[in-house]
Amino acid sequence: MSKLTFARAINAGLRKALDSDPKVVLMGEDIGTLGGVFRVTDGLQKDFGKHRVVDTPLAESGILGTAVGLAYRGYRPVCEIQFDGFIYPAFDQIVSQVAKMHYRTQGRVKMPITIRVPFGGGIGSPEHHSESPEAYFTHTSGLRVISVSNPQDAYTLIQQAIASDDPVLYFEPKRRYHDKGDVDEAADLSTALSMEKARVVTQGSDVTLVTYGPLVKTASDAALAASDEGISVEVIDLRSLAPIDFPVVEASVRKTGRLVITHEAAQSGGLGAEIAASITERCFNYLESAPVRITGFDIPYPYSKLEMHHLPDLDRILDGVDRSLGRRNSLSGLEG
Amino acid sequence: MRSTVLTDKAGKDAYEASTTGISAENPRRTGGNLVQLISAKGERISHPEFDLWVSDVTDEQLCSLYEDMTVIRRIDAESTALQRQGELALWPPLLGQEASQIGSARALRDDDFVFPSYRDNGVAYCRGVDPLDMVRAWRGNASFGWDPYRYNIATQQIMIGSQTLHATGYAMGIQNDGADSAAVAYFGDGATSEGDVNEAMVFAASFQAPVVFICQNNHWAISEPVRLQSHIQIADRALGFGIPSIRVDGNDVLAVMAVTRIALDRARKGGGPTFIEAVTYRMGPHTTADDPTRYRDANELEDWRAKDPIARLKTLLLTKGLLTDEAEARVRAKADEVANKLRSGCVNMPDPAPLDLFNHVYSTPNSWIERQKDHYSRYLESFSGSTQEGAL
Repeated sequence: MSKLTFARAINAGLRKALDSDPKVVLMGEDIGTLGGVFRVTDGLQKDFGKHRVVDTPLAESGILGTAVGLAYRGYRPVCEIQFDGFIYPAFDQIVSQVAKMHYRTQGRVKMPITIRVPFGGGIGSPEHHSESPEAYFTHTSGLRVISVSNPQDAYTLIQQAIASDDPVLYFEPKRRYHDKGDVDEAADLSTALSMEKARVVTQGSDVTLVTYGPLVKTASDAALAASDEGISVEVIDLRSLAPIDFPVVEASVRKTGRLVITHEAAQSGGLGAEIAASITERCFNYLESAPVRITGFDIPYPYSKLEMHHLPDLDRILDGVDRSLGRRNSLSGLEG
Repeated sequence: MRSTVLTDKAGKDAYEASTTGISAENPRRTGGNLVQLISAKGERISHPEFDLWVSDVTDEQLCSLYEDMTVIRRIDAESTALQRQGELALWPPLLGQEASQIGSARALRDDDFVFPSYRDNGVAYCRGVDPLDMVRAWRGNASFGWDPYRYNIATQQIMIGSQTLHATGYAMGIQNDGADSAAVAYFGDGATSEGDVNEAMVFAASFQAPVVFICQNNHWAISEPVRLQSHIQIADRALGFGIPSIRVDGNDVLAVMAVTRIALDRARKGGGPTFIEAVTYRMGPHTTADDPTRYRDANELEDWRAKDPIARLKTLLLTKGLLTDEAEARVRAKADEVANKLRSGCVNMPDPAPLDLFNHVYSTPNSWIERQKDHYSRYLESFSGSTQEGAL
C-alpha cells in the first residue's frame, strides 16, 4: 500500500497498462516531454518511447480519429483531452465513429479506446477549463462513461477502462488531482470492484445522497456534518455514469425513502434528472418525498470569482438533505 | 498560386487554369498537367516516367481492367434499378468514376487497408466484397454489410471525410508494427473542406505515416461545384501540408494505376503520405434521392460523356485487337450474371429479427440495454397468439 496523489495514481495505472500490453498507446497534447499540463503522464514517454506515448498535433478530432484507425489495427489508444471544454472538436469522432463502430460492424470491429478527460471546476480557471460535459456522452449509446473519486479507484479503473473492449470516457476530477490516498498497487484487477459498479461510501438510513467524481468528497463531508444533527446520510459514489448501477441506488432508496442527487453539471437534462426519473420508476412506492437535485445552475460555467456560488458545496448539499426530509429551514431549490 | 478572392466565373477559370506538380520523381515540381496515359479518344499516350509504373501490365490485365469496370458499372446500374423498384431505400451511384476506383484499387496489395466512402463500391468490388453486401445497408437490413477484416476494407463512411483520419491512424499503427503495407483513404472533393481531412493531412505529414489519400474530384458535392470547396486545384492544397501530390486523369484507368503505385511505393519505403487528385466526373446524381438537373448544365454532362472511362479503354482495346466480339460477349455475360445474382439475393434477403435492434451495441452485456431488450421482448410476446406475424 502506498500513499499517492490522485494524479500519481492515474500515472501508476497508465504505467501498468503500458507495461502489461504492448498494444496500449497514449496520445494527446503535451503528454510526452512535458508529462501533460497536470503531469498525469509524467515520465511515461521517457520510459516507453515516442511511439507508445505520442505528443500529437493540437487537433482533438485528429486525436480521436487517428485513435479509431489505431483501434482498427488492433491497438488500445488512451487519448488525453487536455481540458473538458476542449473535447467538443472531437465530439463528432467520439459520437459518430468511436461509439457506433461496434454496432455498425455487428461486433467485428472493436473500439477499445479510453478517453481521459480532466473535468469539473473549482480551480479558478478561465472559460472552457471547468466544464462537466458528461451528460453529452451518457446520452450516447455505445460509450461507457465512468468518473473516479479517489486515488485507489483512479488507479484501478484506468486499467479496467483500458482493458475494456468498449470505448470508455474516463472523467478525472481535476480539483482532486493533488489529494492523497492509499493505493494498493498490487490490487488484482480481476477481483477489484468493477468499473460498472456503484459503491456505498458512507452507510446511512435517513437519506440517500448520490454523486460521483469531485463531489464524492464534498458529499462525504456533508454526511459527516449531517450526522452532527442526528441525520444519517448514505452516500453513493456512482463510479459508472453509463450505465448507472441502479440496483445499488434502488436498494438504498428502498431503505431510506429519500433521494438527493448532486453534480457540478447543469441541472436540466442532466444525470440528476435521469437518476430521479429511473429511481421514481423503480421504487415510487418507497419514496417519502420527491427526489432533490443539487447541481450547477443552467448557465455557462461562470467566471471564477463566482464559481463557488455555482458549484454545489457542503451547505447547499445539506440544504438539499433538509428539503428531502421536509425540514422547514430548507431554502434551496425553491422550484421544489 | 493566386490567392485573391475571385468571382464565381473567375474562380472557375482560375481553378481550371491552375496546374500542379506531377513528376513521379519530384511531385512538388509544378508546371505539369494531368497525368494521362490513355486519352479521351482511346489513344495510348506514352510518358517516359509514368509508363515505367505500368510496364508490367499485360494485354490480359488491360482486358481484365475493362471487365472490372464493366461489371461494376452493371452492379451500379442494377442497384439504381433496385432502388427505383423500391427494393433499396437509397443508392449512391458511382457512374463515371469506374477508372478512378478500379485503377487505384487494383494497384493495392491484400495487406493494404482501405478506408472508403459510401460511393466507393468499385473499390470494394476489387477487394473481393460480394455485391450483395454492398446493398445490405441501403436496403436497411444492417448498418453495414461486410466484415472489414475479411477484405481489408473498412466500413463505407457516410460522415464526410471522417475516414481520412482513420486511415492515418491505421497507417501510424502500420508504422509502429514495422510493416510495409499502406493505408488508403478514399474521399471526394467536397470532403477536402472538412476539418477532419485537413487534420488527417497534418497528422500524416507530422508522423510521415504510410497513407495514400485518394481524392476523387468528381466536380460535385451534391449541388455544390468543386470551385466552392477550393479556390486552387485540390492537389495543390496537399503541398501546403508538406505532402507530395499528383493530379491524374481519373477517367484513365492506367494512369490512375500508375500514380497509385507511385504513392504506395513511397509509403512502403518510409517516404510518408501522398495525395492523389483523380479528376473525374459524377455522371449520375449524388444519390437516387437527388436531382442534378436543378443545379448543373446538361452540356457539362455531355462533355464528360465524351471522356467516359470505359469507352476510352474499349477503343484502345479494339485498336489493339484485344477485344474480340466473343471477349466482349463474355464480359457482358459476366456482368449480367453478377447483376442477376445481386438482384435475386437482394429481393430474397430475409428481414432482420426485431430484437436484433439491441445486438452489438457493446462487446459485453450492458445493464441499461439488457433491461430495455427484456421489456421490449415481453411487450412483443404479448402479441403472440394474435394474427400478427413476425412479432418475434
